[in-house]
This record gives sequence, structure tokens and C-alpha cells, in this order.
Amino acid sequence: MHLRHILRALGRHRIAAGLLVLEIAFSCAVVCNALFLIGTRLERMQRPSGVDETHLVEVGVRSVTPGTPEAVMAQTRTDLARLRALPGVSDAVVASPIPFGDSVSFSGVSLSDDAKAPSMPVAQYFGGVQLARTLGLKLASGRWFTPDEFVSYDALQGGASGVPVIISRALAQHLFPGQDAAGRTIYAFGANRVVGVVDRLVQPRDYGAAGDYRYAMMFPVDLPYSRGTYLMRVDDPARRQAVIGQALQALKADGPLRLISPRYATTLEAARAKYYVNDRAMAWLLVGVSLLLLLVTALGIVGLSSFWVGQRRRQIGIRRAIGASRRDIRTYFQAENFLIATGGIVLGMALAYGINLVLMRHYELGRLPGYYLPLGAIVLWTLGQLAVLGPALRAAAVPPVVATRST
Amino acid sequence: MIAYYVDLALRSLRRSPVLTGLMVLAIGLGIGASMTMITVLHVMTDDPLPGRSAHLYTPHLDPLPRDYHRGENSPDPSDNLTWPDAMGLLKAKRAVRQAAMAGGTLLARPAQDGLQPFYVGGRYATADIFALFGLRFEYGGGWSSADDAAGAHVVVLADMLARKLFGRADVVGRTAHLGELDYRVIGVVADWSPAPQFYADNTGTQYSDTDRFFLPLSVAIDKDLPVNGNQSGWGSDDKAGSGKRGAEMSWLQFWVELDTPAQVAAYRQYLVDYSVEQKALGRFERPPTDAKLYSLMGWLAHENLVPDDVQLQLWLALGFLFVCMLNIVALLLAKFLRRGGEISVRRALGARRRDIFAQLAIESALIGIAGGALGLAIAQLGLWSVRHRPDDYARLAQMDPTMLAGTFVLAVLASVLASLLPAWRACRIAPALQLKAQ
Repeated sequence: MHLRHILRALGRHRIAAGLLVLEIAFSCAVVCNALFLIGTRLERMQRPSGVDETHLVEVGVRSVTPGTPEAVMAQTRTDLARLRALPGVSDAVVASPIPFGDSVSFSGVSLSDDAKAPSMPVAQYFGGVQLARTLGLKLASGRWFTPDEFVSYDALQGGASGVPVIISRALAQHLFPGQDAAGRTIYAFGANRVVGVVDRLVQPRDYGAAGDYRYAMMFPVDLPYSRGTYLMRVDDPARRQAVIGQALQALKADGPLRLISPRYATTLEAARAKYYVNDRAMAWLLVGVSLLLLLVTALGIVGLSSFWVGQRRRQIGIRRAIGASRRDIRTYFQAENFLIATGGIVLGMALAYGINLVLMRHYELGRLPGYYLPLGAIVLWTLGQLAVLGPALRAAAVPPVVATRST
Repeated sequence: MIAYYVDLALRSLRRSPVLTGLMVLAIGLGIGASMTMITVLHVMTDDPLPGRSAHLYTPHLDPLPRDYHRGENSPDPSDNLTWPDAMGLLKAKRAVRQAAMAGGTLLARPAQDGLQPFYVGGRYATADIFALFGLRFEYGGGWSSADDAAGAHVVVLADMLARKLFGRADVVGRTAHLGELDYRVIGVVADWSPAPQFYADNTGTQYSDTDRFFLPLSVAIDKDLPVNGNQSGWGSDDKAGSGKRGAEMSWLQFWVELDTPAQVAAYRQYLVDYSVEQKALGRFERPPTDAKLYSLMGWLAHENLVPDDVQLQLWLALGFLFVCMLNIVALLLAKFLRRGGEISVRRALGARRRDIFAQLAIESALIGIAGGALGLAIAQLGLWSVRHRPDDYARLAQMDPTMLAGTFVLAVLASVLASLLPAWRACRIAPALQLKAQ
């Protein structure tokens, strides 16, 4: 091939060609990083919670005139009985906090009762007898809570010791590496014996470092409705909206004045979608900007190539007159674009890596995995070839007779 | 001369409408994206209390144990004050004005029958808060320090809440039901919503929260009213009791007014002295120089309320603008060099290089103006979409006149900047060579 000629011809347009290389390099760098960011967002949005989300609905009830704690607890038991009686509902429980909810609470956990022992904050769940079953958690080792282990919220806060705890496997591995955590003791609310380990349970909301997301524990606490949210397990996911409607009706049926509204009732799937709405928006934004960037780059290539074709009409005519085929002319421009794109891509890879380093320093972001670079390269090469096709075809259509005309 | 150049430029632009359109589109897209994000950042980092912010300061102490370990992204407990420290600073009265405060959400029940109760956010504070932040009373007034001490059940309502509860604003003397208690309304203030809500605990949504009522802090602590925001405890031994009054839980915000640099320096020294004293008493373990006094804007900078995503989007937009500019440089270079003949004729007829340069710069500026107009439209579209985001700063995303003018300035600047290299190249064309070739 006549690469040498192409390079020499480009040498006469150093500045313009250099600008195009720079533009492609920058696009390549930004697109690589944008793709990576999109990837991390999607990955984040798809993290499993360990909870059987497709079967769960939540109904929050807020008290207006609470009354005595005993009355509230009695009302809670009535409510739960009604909710469990709804057709299609297999379990109902009061829990706090709930996955993807508004709140998250932590307790300091240590491995000794010494006040000076190092402790780490761990996200906690409180809930009644059916909590694990409602959430659809899977036991990895040990056992579930027994009905006689449930205490009242005030008893737990008031320093009731010996309340058992179930922890997530990630937390178990962190606290007791290489050992079975079931049967061991952690110190959160006094001394808490670990009776069970669940496969997966995560923080209700992201808070803290990424590793902590999988650290969670649950305590057997009979909560009044005023301190938690009703969670219901629905057998048939298609009936979730219907169950929400029936649950609201059932709760309104009796009891004191309370705030019962569809506003505080939703499926857990909808709660998850709402929780990740920003990540989704960011991912789409990145997609949009990347597409615009590629579009602008393509327009630049089209513009400059067209200009070069126009400028070289005479030379093209001469080449055609002395025997070059249309295909030769077309491939000339395509090869020229390939060279420029390659230059841009090589520079762009270095730039992409640099941008990634800056992002890593300022935002919590991992290292750009290697496979994003060839991905970006392929995108830019394809883009370049598509953009140059029009001008190249126009060049190929220049008739040989142009050579005989002056200017 | 300028008019002539403009005329020449318009002719030239019209001669290649596609190329011109491409350049205008590129500038418009780049400017539109950049101005959207610059505007968002501008409204997020703007002074929330113009006029008063220069006088407001917030003191910070470090009562944490020496070995306290904070999770990587957990809130800093020493961002807030403990009850004993807040009361200590309050009683010392070392500033012109001072107030301790905390946020709370209470259930409000309208006086008229048939209206649903609703939750409303407000502030528990000490008496000085109104004068300190410059709130304007429409009716009545605030409470006194004596009310603070007595834990008087009084409330100051924001205009909007007064209307929502009573149907009118002039309600001084009436009784408001908030939470489980009754309060006598002693004042109504004009609606007040500085954005961000700089004085609130930083774990909340500070761009959308607004205080609708103000209660004496002493009532909140006496009646154990629910408090919003981060309440970090670090105590281990006295689990059983002291709660909000305890010395090992921080939950209060504290703001002071200081009018002169001397007062600021004196207050800063006072904070260190106070910490030394507390350390001597065995309460504080960390160095007294940890005590800090932030100005309002300094505090916002320290808090860094702008989310990472917004910063990232701004960089993305600016990167996009940069690519658009590279694009325009290349296109302008092609365009100008193609006109070698025309430029040579003008040079041969006596135009100086400077004249050619000015003419080409004006041509680019025209592209910039057109691009600015397009960019403005795109930015409005972008801001409209930002306002529909679920983020709490969304409603603020509006362009003010400065930003509007800024859009055009940036567009023209960007296009003229992009034309520098091509114009320089074009006016260095040797006329003789070009004319001979013709």
C-alpha cells in the first residue's frame, strides 16, 4: 500500500490532521471512561440485596395519637392478624428499617465487652417473628430465632443483655475469618450470641465504604407499628398492587386516627427502582454525552475530509487519468482516515488512563479495566470509517477529465 | 470597518451553509451542556444568605475520644455539638449573638376540621436565632431567653404553615397543635428558605428543606421531641441514660454573629481556651487546637455539599465543550485556508495582516453568537431536565441574568479562541505565491 504517500500528504496538513488526531484521542478517552462509569453504575444497580424483592410489599402507617405503648402494641397485633388474613399474603411483620427505605441505623459492634475494644458500626434490622421468612432470607449456618427469643424495643434499648443476633455471611467472615460464626458472641446491645448466619443481607441504604454494604445484622424485636413499617410477603407477584389496596382498607377498618395513605405503601421493587433512580439517570446522561461526543467527532471528520477531497480534486483527476481505479481513490481516503484514527486511538488510550487516574483520586472509582480500551478503539475506528465513507465516495466519483481542466 | 467585516463574514458564512451549520451546532451543543452544569454548580455554591453571611460563623469542638474511629463515609460526630458544650458556649455569650439549634419534624394538625394532619419540618432553637439569621416577622415576635429557660410552650410559625393551619397569617395568640403538644403562637415570620440550608445538620437534604416552625430548644429537650439528622454517640459506659443531654452525643448546631476581625480572632481564641479547660476537666482528650471557627461560606466549602455526580457531570460537559472546540478549530482552519486566494487579493490590495486577522475573528465571533443562541436554548432544555430530576437541588436549577449573559460571553470567547490558530495561519499566507498559482 501507499502508506508512505498518505503520510507525506498528511504532512502537508500537519495542523489539521493533528487537530483531528487530538479530537479522536479525546473522544476515545472520554468514551472509554464513560463506558466504564456506565458499567459501574449498572453493576451497582444490579447488586442483590439478599431479600426476595419480587414478592414483597411495604405499608407504612404513621400514628397521630399514639396512646400508651401497650395500646399501640395491641393495635399492632390486630393489624398483623388482619394483614396475614388477606388472600395471597403468606407472611406479615413489622420491621425497621426496611431495605431501600429512608433510614438506616447502626450499632457499634466489637468482639469484647471491654469499653476500649475496637468497634465497627454495623447496619441493623429489627423485626418480629416472621421477619426472616417474610424477607425470604436464606440461612447459611446456625438456626433462625425461636419465638421465645423476641424482646420488646424498650427492653433492647434499655440494656436487656443476651439478646441473640443473626448476621450476614460477609460480616461473619469479617469478624470471624475462617470460622463458623454461629455460636460465637458479639457485643452490640450488651452481649449478643450469634445464633445464625444468613447468606446475604445488606444495608438498607448505602452508607460507608463499599465493603460495608454487605455487613448487616438482625435482632429479634417485636416492634410496634409506630416504630416500623409493615412488610408483607405476597405469593403471586402479579397481585402486589391489589394486596396494597386491600391492606390499606384493612388497616383503615379500625384503630385510632392514623396516617394511612398509598403514599407510604409500595412494592419493594418500586422502592429499589426509586433508590437507584440517580444511578440510572447518570448512566443515561453518560450514554447521551458519549453519543453526542461521537456525533461531533464524526461531523468533524466529515467536514475535514470533505474539505480535503475538494482541495485535491485536481490530483484525484490526475491519478484517475493515469490509471488509478475508483476503488484506489476510495481506499486512499479510507486508509488516510484509518491512520489518523489510529494515531488518535493510541494517544486516546494514554489519555483515558490518565483521566481514570484523576477520577480514581477524586471520586471513589476503581481502575479502568483493560478491556474498555480495545472497546473504545473499535468504536472510534468504526466511527471514522463510517464518517469518511461519504467524502471518499465523492472523491471516487471525481472524473479523470478534471485533470485536463485548469483549476 | 467593522460593519464591512461583518458583511464580509456573513457572505462567507452563507457561501458554505453546511460547514457553518456544523460549527454553530458544535458550539451550541458544547456551550449548552457546559452552561447547564455550570448553572447547576452556580446555584449550589451560591451564597445562601447574601448580606448576612459575612457575619455568621459556626464554632466546632472536638469532644471525641482519642481512639474514636470513624467509618470512611460516616458523618463526623464533631460536626455537631453536644448539649453541655452548646449550653456552655451559649451562656458564655462571647459573640454578638449566638444560637443553638436542631431540626425536627412534627405532625401538624390543622385547626379547621376535615383537613388531614401532615408532617412539617422546623427548628428547635434558642432565642437569638431570629435576629442572628435576620428573619423578618410579619406578626408578633420571637421568644426571650427567659422563655428558653422556662421551657415555654410557644411557637413562631412561617407564613405558609400559619395559612395551612389556620387559613390566615395573622394568628398570634392562637394555639397550634404540633406533635402531641399545644403551643401558643407568638409570631409569624415571612417564609424563609436559604438554599442550601447551611445551618442544618449535613446529613439531611439541604437544598429542599425549609423550616416552617420555630420552637424553644428547651421544650424539645424537656419533652424529648424527635430530632432530625445525625445523632452520633460515642459513649460506652453510660448507656442507661443521659441521652440528648449527655456529653457523649453530638446533635446540635451552633451559629454566632461576629462583626469585626478582632471579634473573630477573640472567639477563635475563646474556643481553644474552652477546649483547654474541658481537657483539664478530663472531658476532652484531643488537642484543644482541634477547635475551629468556620465562616458561613467556609463551612459550606468544608461540607462540600456538591455531590460527586454533579462535579463529574460538570467535567464531562467541559470535556465535551473542549472536543467541540477542537472540532471547530479544524473546520475553521479548513475554511480559512480554502480562501487563500481571496485573502491574497485583499493583502495585495493593501490590507494588513492585522486586518485579515480581525476580519476572520469577526467571522468566528458571528459563529459564536449564533452558537450561543443555540447553546442557550439547549441549556434551558438541559436545566428543564435537571429540574425534573429527583435530586433535592433540582428546583433551584434556574438561570439568572448573569448566567444568561455568561452563556453568550462563553460562546463568543470559545469560538474566537478556536479561531486564533486558523486565523493566524490564514494571515501568514504569502499573497505572491497564491496569486501566481491562480
